Amino acid sequence: MLHELTIHEAAVLLRGGEITATELTEAVLDRILSADNDVKAYLTLTPEAALEQAAEADATLAAARKAGTLAVLPLLTGIPLAIKDVITVEGVPLTAGSKILEGYVPPYSATAVEKLRAAGAVILGKTNTDEFAMGSSTENSAYFTTRNPWDLSRVPGGSSGGSAAAVAADECLGAFGSDTGGSVRQPASFCGVVGVKPTYGRVSRFGLLAFASSLDQIGPFAKDVADAAILLGAVAGHDRRDSTSVDLPVPDYLVALGQQPGDRSGLPRPADLKGLRVGVPKEYFIPGMQVEVETAVRAAVVTLQELGAEVREISLPHTDLALPVYYLIAPAEASANLARYDGIRYGLSEAGESLWETYRRTRGQGFGPEVKRRIMLGTYALSAGYYDAYYLKAQQVRTLIKQDFEAALREVHVIACPVSPTTAFRIGEKAADPLSMYLADVFTLSLNLAGICGLSLPCGFDQDRLPIGLQLIAGAFAEERLLRTAYAYEQATEWHNRKPALPIGC
Amino acid sequence: MPLTSTEVEHIAELARLDLTEHEKALFQDQLSAILDYAAVLQGVDTSAVPPTATVLTLRNVMRDDAVVPSMPTEDVLANAPAAVDGYFRVKAILEAGS
Repeated sequence: MLHELTIHEAAVLLRGGEITATELTEAVLDRILSADNDVKAYLTLTPEAALEQAAEADATLAAARKAGTLAVLPLLTGIPLAIKDVITVEGVPLTAGSKILEGYVPPYSATAVEKLRAAGAVILGKTNTDEFAMGSSTENSAYFTTRNPWDLSRVPGGSSGGSAAAVAADECLGAFGSDTGGSVRQPASFCGVVGVKPTYGRVSRFGLLAFASSLDQIGPFAKDVADAAILLGAVAGHDRRDSTSVDLPVPDYLVALGQQPGDRSGLPRPADLKGLRVGVPKEYFIPGMQVEVETAVRAAVVTLQELGAEVREISLPHTDLALPVYYLIAPAEASANLARYDGIRYGLSEAGESLWETYRRTRGQGFGPEVKRRIMLGTYALSAGYYDAYYLKAQQVRTLIKQDFEAALREVHVIACPVSPTTAFRIGEKAADPLSMYLADVFTLSLNLAGICGLSLPCGFDQDRLPIGLQLIAGAFAEERLLRTAYAYEQATEWHNRKPALPIGC
Repeated sequence: MPLTSTEVEHIAELARLDLTEHEKALFQDQLSAILDYAAVLQGVDTSAVPPTATVLTLRNVMRDDAVVPSMPTEDVLANAPAAVDGYFRVKAILEAGS
């Protein structure tokens, strides 16, 4: 079925003339119609625009076929993708999962989206998110909760739950989300798909609604590692409009996955991992974590060994400080970034007697409880008398966490560990206790604090058929090594071929 | 150390957030719990550790001071709750006569 295709498979069929971009987008839109009542991945669908873009892609493919230039056409030509609703698409309503932006229509597209469109990709719509990307379950969306396609009574993870679920349910061929403390990797793990957090500065943040400016990165969700490589390559690169984007060349991540000549499908052959040193951090296997998660991750590490890697135990001694550090720095930065939602230039506006009242009422009514909680926490941590004890202290401990990774990555090339202490929990299970929700991120937060790159890919299932993710981590701008290691593991296993048994037939 | 309700009100004022009485009580409890947890950082020796504000080594990223077209005014004002004569309309911030 066309909606089940990966990006690389679709690219071959499109070039061979066996399918058209219009047929592909229509098939995915049909899939959304039949599955999304249950999955609820999408906040906004743009089917007409998508079909126009698909028609453009068909024209581009036809012209390239005639001119003999199919081989140099971007792989994303005609590929239907979904975008998390914290990333702007010009002319398409954006909510950030919040009531405070209900009705807001961005007048510009994010750089990442412009690049995707320039590569001929088709944008299907905007996916659900925890409000302003704050959350680990997508339950903080002011609109509705997305369901995990593997078990509709469970969360898809968060905050990019909509994008992860859409990929897992074949409601798009790939998607983008944002990762500030794990918001791409954790939902990828809960939904059994690949999710990448690039190195900070690798992908432009222009057009990504700012949550924590020193931590945020846009990252792809994909059905397999080759697709993730394609998606990452399409959006990475320096952007003059984001002064925190780094001016480094973007490698061909797909070619870098392995060796040529490739296999029958044209993909590289996975690399032999001989010479690769993999570190397993002892602090990431904690009492109370789900036993099946530990078992699956350790088994994955054995697979890496069988593929030639040398595995050794490492220590990231300040791991248990990542949570308090993150929950001071991220809310502090968020409190500054969310000051702009004040009822003046866009979004909800609840007029008061005075300007100050307008601000207070608008924000009081427009923001949900988790957002308010974090704004309050951040405001407190930055306020006079507390700045040194909280925010500055957290920034200093952040340095220690970053140094842990730097030291470890001098000994090993890649780090392998769990993504989350558990598989997907039930909707409502953690909603009443914010601190218990925060603990879901304990294995992902450090990476954003250190700024280096990491991903989640499937490494097994628990006895409830819920996916388990393996987290791989590499140094700054070492995405090639990261993806190559992931690809070798993936191609030696079958996890990526499994799909959820959604009740809807197609 | 738990937050007092006065402190909660002060923070809400700084953050320009209207809170209901229920929210004030709820946040007082929840924020106190989170801050207690964060107090573990006080025990870490950071006397010789510089703070990390950004992981990048980039500093002072500049561009040429060249005038280029801005976003058209109509686009800027398109989402405005209140706009007049090409301006965002806001409540008065100064008293008449001041």
